[in-house]
Amino acid sequence: MPSRTSSGFGRLLVAVYAVFAVSASARAGYQLATDFSSAPLAYLLSAVAALVYVLATVALTRSGERGRWVATAAITFELVGVLVVGAVSFAVPEAFPQPTVWSHFGEGYGYVPLVLPLVGLWWMRHTRRSEWSGSTTSA
Amino acid sequence: MLTPLAYALVAAGLVIAVWAGVAAARDRRVSGAQLLTAAVVEVVLVVQAVIAMVLLARDGDGVEPVTFIGYWLTAVLLLPVGAFWAIGERSRWGNGVLALSGLVVAVLLLRLVQLWTAGA
Repeated sequence: MPSRTSSGFGRLLVAVYAVFAVSASARAGYQLATDFSSAPLAYLLSAVAALVYVLATVALTRSGERGRWVATAAITFELVGVLVVGAVSFAVPEAFPQPTVWSHFGEGYGYVPLVLPLVGLWWMRHTRRSEWSGSTTSA
Repeated sequence: MLTPLAYALVAAGLVIAVWAGVAAARDRRVSGAQLLTAAVVEVVLVVQAVIAMVLLARDGDGVEPVTFIGYWLTAVLLLPVGAFWAIGERSRWGNGVLALSGLVVAVLLLRLVQLWTAGA
């Protein structure tokens, strides 16, 4: 029995998170292994972003309160991250000599990193609400 | 890497994406014809990946090997994993997942062509 948050539209949401988890992890791992000294802050942030995507992907597929809590926390962190890093990358560009997923509000990834957490939080609310109203099918 | 074949695979990824996208918009589940198409594309992907590895070993000195092999691994795994995740969903959103998989295959193959032509 799949969890509510990973069925219906959530199926696609999990897939998008998985794509970001894999690409961000691979990129961060490669940067940290080969070129850490050239931009330690940017690369560490890339690694943090990658971990958050992995956490969100896994948590969205978990049923129950804890999965829901972890997913909401990870997605909220992701939203704060993309907003703060996006703003700082414009205000203090020298802090980010190498781009991260969240630089310039995710411009390099078609702004998906900015839109994704908003959709994610909407989905968490949406699935929560339909649980309360007692409906058994999801969108 | 065989560049024309790589571009054909970009087109194939886009065909899968558009087909699944239209099906999702029309509220259809993933069909057998779609899965068969994805399987055929997957076979061609694997063939091209093998050719790419041989050519990389032979005359890909300027090509960044870790990135190139990593992208290929991802490209080969994408459709099977995406299709598996898609058929578990008995609604239009299975087609949403399939559309995403096709799109990412197209993007990865474009990046692979760039990596190859930059290095070889």
